[in-house]
Amino acid sequence: MSNEVSGRAGGAGGAVEASAERDAGAPPETNVAPPPPKARHLKRAPGFKPPRWLPTLVFCVSLLPFLYVVGAIASDFFQGTRYLGSNPIKEAEHFTGKWALKFLALSLAVTPAVRLLRQGWLIRYRRTFGLFAFFYACTHLTVYAVLDVELTWSDMIEDVAKRLYITIGMTALVLLIPLAVTSTKGWIRRMGNKRWNALHRLVYVSAVLGLIHYWMSVKKDITEPALFGLAFALLLGWRAWRAWGPSSNQRDSTSA
Amino acid sequence: MLIRVTPEHPIRSSEITSEFDYENRRQFLKEAGLLGLGVAGMALLSKGAQGQGSTQQGTSINGAELKPELTPWEDVTSYNNFYEFGTSKDDPADNAKEFKARPWTVKVEGMVAKPATYALDDLLKPHKLEERIYRHRCVEAWSMVVPWLGFPMADFVKRMEPTSSAKYIEFTTLLDPKRMPGQRSAVLDWPYVEALRLDEAMNPLAFMTVGVYGKMLPNQNGAPIRHVVPWKYGFKGCKSIVSVKFTDKAPRTAWNVSNPGEYGFYGNVNPTVDHPRWSQAKERRIGEFRKRDTLMFNGYAQQVSSLYSGMDLRKFY
Repeated sequence: MSNEVSGRAGGAGGAVEASAERDAGAPPETNVAPPPPKARHLKRAPGFKPPRWLPTLVFCVSLLPFLYVVGAIASDFFQGTRYLGSNPIKEAEHFTGKWALKFLALSLAVTPAVRLLRQGWLIRYRRTFGLFAFFYACTHLTVYAVLDVELTWSDMIEDVAKRLYITIGMTALVLLIPLAVTSTKGWIRRMGNKRWNALHRLVYVSAVLGLIHYWMSVKKDITEPALFGLAFALLLGWRAWRAWGPSSNQRDSTSA
Repeated sequence: MLIRVTPEHPIRSSEITSEFDYENRRQFLKEAGLLGLGVAGMALLSKGAQGQGSTQQGTSINGAELKPELTPWEDVTSYNNFYEFGTSKDDPADNAKEFKARPWTVKVEGMVAKPATYALDDLLKPHKLEERIYRHRCVEAWSMVVPWLGFPMADFVKRMEPTSSAKYIEFTTLLDPKRMPGQRSAVLDWPYVEALRLDEAMNPLAFMTVGVYGKMLPNQNGAPIRHVVPWKYGFKGCKSIVSVKFTDKAPRTAWNVSNPGEYGFYGNVNPTVDHPRWSQAKERRIGEFRKRDTLMFNGYAQQVSSLYSGMDLRKFY
């Protein structure tokens, strides 16, 4: 697992779990890959230079579900439309919660994508997606607190204390807070890669708890949570396999 | 023993239903117009229904229901829990489109003087249809106000002449995965079974339902015949009923079998007994922005609480 944490954040802006691949510019301690220039060449993927506006586009697209749900709920209540069906508040609650999980999955997919596709430029989106996961989780909490239980604090405390799936969901969200706070370059520098990476492994815990929260909240039909479960299992399984799998030692000494 | 068998392809089924459909059309249009205008129509409609029923449904318990505003047709017919047609709320409306609720027979069996299989029309013929505006409270903490059309369950029970040893009445939904695609996955132990104590079934509020908003029941609402017990959570109502059985043993009901810790036999609306995963103290009335308090027995305590005197409702949830 050690190389996964190598490199400094630098321009790439690592987010939720490890830092930047593209910064392999700093001499990698364990990298003894045979022709290193070629490896670097592939990683930098010089054949593809993402356009400068891509980050802005990704940001705007990631914001669309939020804009949609805000617009839809306002329209449903004030214009009588039916974008969110008969029970818009419940629907908005589910919608934002599921988007939090989708962005968590996306941010967990970035590192495997970088490795498997050898597209180092992708790594910056790990932070983007990680922060959007946090953003949607907060939106989900806001819909719950403001629209669903209408800021009845006693009800909320009772929910968190008495209902296991809410306790778990709240824990998943709280675990994301330190990750969001320390997602900046400054924090990566201050903490150092090792500690930063260790901290950001919390995202695995948060993802699993988020999934359990969703699974437990479903009344009967578990198809959708099972699909999320499959995605998370693949994403986390890939990491486990790299860390502890049969070829992990060999890879540790041959690739970055 | 009298056995009535439906011909396989009866000519012109549902004379009664089509007749009331026709008869009610003008009234329905008139009232639908009023619905657009607001509460005036509702008050009229509910007053009419109360006049017909001997009970006081729709009146105020704590002022909350002085002007019961009907939940729009569109919500009543598109926001449904009917797992036989899928588990999402909008699945039933989508997946039940092709469902043919005719011809239809209902088997009456068990401890009755006259066990028989009735063609739907024969089952309905002796009963005079009336409208009842009932609050409908789902166990998931949302609610509606629905103008049902049907006849008192008590009349039906009396007509079937249960024997003195019959203590429960059990309803079963059609089992036909070909026509009910939701039954192809094992989300519940099909067929759906619901049951009432016989004295509950005899309560004037318990209602055999064949229509809504003056029309025949849409498929997604449990066509062609379902029952409604307004003081209980919605899951206690059995849809698309094919069999009614009178028995002396408490039947195993679908949700109770599926998750006994969360769904009891009684399923009475009770704001003081939480569902393990959420509070039942409040509910969201479909179409409303703020939640409202849930009333004991869904606001029908006056009519039904005597059925449960001396019972620990925490234990018998």
